[in-house]
Amino acid sequence: MSETLYSIAVEVNGTKRVGQVSARTSLVDWLREHLNLTGTHIGCEHGICGACSIMLDGEPVRSCLMYAVQADGHSITTVEGLARPDGQLSILQDSFCETHGLQCGYCTPGMLIAAQALLDANPRPTEEQIRDAIGGNLCRCTGYQQIVDAIALAAERMAGGAA
Amino acid sequence: MKSPPFEYARTASIEEACGLLSQHGDAAKLIAGGQSLVPMLAFRLLRPSWLIDINEIAALKLVAFETDTVRIGACTRQCVVARDDALAARVPLLQQALVFVGHTQTRNRGTIGGSLAHADPSAELPLVAQILQARLELRAKSGTRTLSAAEFFAGPMMTNLQPDECLEAIHWPVWRERKTGSAFTEISRRHGDFAMVAAAAQIAVDDDGRCTRVTFGVGGAAPTPVAFPELAQSLIGHGLDKTKSRAVAQAAAAALEPDSDTHASAAYRRHLAGVLLSRVLLEAYDTARSVP
Repeated sequence: MSETLYSIAVEVNGTKRVGQVSARTSLVDWLREHLNLTGTHIGCEHGICGACSIMLDGEPVRSCLMYAVQADGHSITTVEGLARPDGQLSILQDSFCETHGLQCGYCTPGMLIAAQALLDANPRPTEEQIRDAIGGNLCRCTGYQQIVDAIALAAERMAGGAA
Repeated sequence: MKSPPFEYARTASIEEACGLLSQHGDAAKLIAGGQSLVPMLAFRLLRPSWLIDINEIAALKLVAFETDTVRIGACTRQCVVARDDALAARVPLLQQALVFVGHTQTRNRGTIGGSLAHADPSAELPLVAQILQARLELRAKSGTRTLSAAEFFAGPMMTNLQPDECLEAIHWPVWRERKTGSAFTEISRRHGDFAMVAAAAQIAVDDDGRCTRVTFGVGGAAPTPVAFPELAQSLIGHGLDKTKSRAVAQAAAAALEPDSDTHASAAYRRHLAGVLLSRVLLEAYDTARSVP
């Protein structure tokens, strides 16, 4: 059977990307399968686990709960867009390494997006605010403590002006 | 799980959306935030032939302060309402309830109207609409009508929206009494989940601490959120303490016939309703009294 294809143009990590998608293609499938941006993970595919979190116009959302066609004309940041321009890890990413904020790594892209969105909006979060910000992201390895530590460390380093 | 095939239309105005609804009828569904609809499609609980996207309609995202109500466009994001302190000063229960609605990522997409139209009996915003007697503006190609929340909610995940109608805006009553307090609480398995039972109350008092206006209700314990107008009326002219709030809450809980499911038994839900109602009644009353 043939499905109608819709043309879309989306700014992804600062670059305009165009595509032809069927209406039912989820945003995360488009990012992974069409743009080969496989950093964004698919966990539950129905909005529970948070692994597919991306930023849509600067706000974190679940990319499994949007269709790619809905992103037409919008701007997206995926985990690939968090590193520094030279490819070095960002302060936040580096903090995850330092505090052992990941084990299997499956939830990490979503955690990084949720954490980056928090720090963008609130550079000096309390522990409670950190826990609330990652409340929609499941991790089955770490017990969350090291992730909370990583975000707190990143906030501290950013406040210290460490570029 | 991938969604089944459908055709997609992004609409630029509510007239256009209503036109498409009238053309496709039952075969079409509106998509707003999609935070409940997309999983339902993935699970094949729904098989619409058309999704009509209303996310880009600016007129559906307006928040307007009117004399005795706040009018919120149906496609206003939950995060926008949660951040709006001027709105919270007028209808505090919305902000109090939204703390319990999903997570940052879902509130960034999820809409006020979508939550009401989805009508999950455990959802927080329908409970607030029910106890405040919010009024819902519906629009079809053929015209508009307004329903009270009590008329709008028909059962679990069921409303009296017709297939060709779009929820356009919700009018939330603003209580003008100076000494007004409200409270919302719930018990769920994990924070952000739908409530096993949720309870909400809003109370206005006079300078002597006597209740002049009271409303309260529970979600998750019946096919739709329930308000208790007779019991609320019985508090008018009286003060409220722990004993009194517990007695009223127990009377309300006794009138409920909740279902049992894997999350909670009927008896436990009734117990929760009593405990949580007692808490919100007292908290709303104390907050109202403490207003200078």
